[in-house]
Amino acid sequence: MEYTASELMTVNAARLLRDGDVVFVGVGLPNLACNLARRTHAPNLLMIYEAGVVGARPNRLPLSIGDPTLVSGSTLVCSMYEIFSLYLQRGNVDVGFLGGAQIDRYGNINATVIGDYDQPKVRLPGSGGSMEIAAWANRCYIITPHQKRRFPQRVDFRTSGGFLDGKHQRLESGVRGGGPQAVVTDLGILEPDTSGKMILTACHPGVDG
Amino acid sequence: MSKLMPLEQAVSQFIQDGDCVYAAGFTHLIPFAVGHEIIRQRRRDLVLARATPDLIYEQMVAAGCARKIIFSYIGNPGVGSLRIVRSEIEAGRLEIEEYSHFGMISRLQAGATGLPFIPMNPTAALDLERANPRYRRVVDPYGGGEVVVLPPLNPDVAIVHVQRADRDGNAHIWGIIGEQKEAAFASRRVIITAEEIVDEDIIRADPNRTMIPGFLVSAVCHVPFCAHPSYTQGYYDRDNAFYLTWDQITESPEQTRAYLDEWVYGVDDRAQYWEKLGAECHDRLKVEPRLSKPINYGEY
Repeated sequence: MEYTASELMTVNAARLLRDGDVVFVGVGLPNLACNLARRTHAPNLLMIYEAGVVGARPNRLPLSIGDPTLVSGSTLVCSMYEIFSLYLQRGNVDVGFLGGAQIDRYGNINATVIGDYDQPKVRLPGSGGSMEIAAWANRCYIITPHQKRRFPQRVDFRTSGGFLDGKHQRLESGVRGGGPQAVVTDLGILEPDTSGKMILTACHPGVDG
Repeated sequence: MSKLMPLEQAVSQFIQDGDCVYAAGFTHLIPFAVGHEIIRQRRRDLVLARATPDLIYEQMVAAGCARKIIFSYIGNPGVGSLRIVRSEIEAGRLEIEEYSHFGMISRLQAGATGLPFIPMNPTAALDLERANPRYRRVVDPYGGGEVVVLPPLNPDVAIVHVQRADRDGNAHIWGIIGEQKEAAFASRRVIITAEEIVDEDIIRADPNRTMIPGFLVSAVCHVPFCAHPSYTQGYYDRDNAFYLTWDQITESPEQTRAYLDEWVYGVDDRAQYWEKLGAECHDRLKVEPRLSKPINYGEY
């Protein structure tokens, strides 16, 4: 069977979702993965979009996170304050998807700035919803192309927290979510060991681990 | 009391140089026509607040209207970066004040409800809290540790585009309702633009759909297609192609200037802009109806 690395990445991300999960969906690949999961093994997947849409059944692939196709036929629409407080902060979200320019070995993510914050070398888009999704979703999955520059020793800026400097630190911080459970890339999958370090646990066919 | 007036008058009367402006709408109902009118009237030194500055603030920054932006995500949604905003920040020419989405809208919520500050549960990522001194932590007075707090955001003026409003400014919104209500209640003045101006009876027939009460509103303007290239649920689709084109336009300052000259300074108002977009664009953005079922409020 012919497939691209990106398609396999989408399938791998979809397989991480369980039937009945409440998932905070991002645009792009996570959106594809969620829709694939709902049409296959997880028909009861509840898709929530940060724009304030619950139970979306999009008929087309949205370019943006606030596409009108998300609204038509959904079960509920609410304000952004409500989606982040009643749903995410309250602990009603099982799964969040994250991405970013830099990801360190403990799954901390930088989506804010390369270089110094006040004198940026490259200014990136910033947190959006990710700071709180990373903290409060029960499980987080990081989706990213597997490139050396994306996996530095330390991220320049912690936009969202993974296991900080080790799993015990996240536990001590008292945030409610379980942290990053996997990093899905175009080459394979990394998962945290007992200390929270991301370890390569699967390679795509044809990739020399 | 009718507050109906042309958009040109509303902008000249209610938006001053130096104002903090909140053009509401998360992807949906972004009031581009008002941004363009502000550019035409050459407002300066504005503080532009929006969760997602989007193309509307990028165009206002490009036109020299802004001295500062307050935001939580500066990207071209689904496309990539906002090239002009990004390079202005990198060059140190544009002041920034940055939050997460939840922080940004919590500030509006505090502003809208008259609170001195608003608490949020802590996250494990501390760098933004360190970078922005408005983030503080206080001890939960009921025990249980610390909470993160932010002060209210009370813009000088909120701009809110809606599907329909009556002449007093009572406004119906449906579809994604982002932060329109909070922006209106938080701000000192409110400009409503509407696809349709309707009789009060239409508003009163469905009061649950009224997001903004007329007494908050300073001006009501009839501006069909105000949101293009954003969209109005049920009226026209989002012009995704333009969001992709903008990424190419902004590759050079010359092209950006040429765009503003042709599509902002070169037209009198939104009606002319819409006509200039032409039939192909109008057809592409048409939406088929999908009606809700009427509900019964009961006669009492």
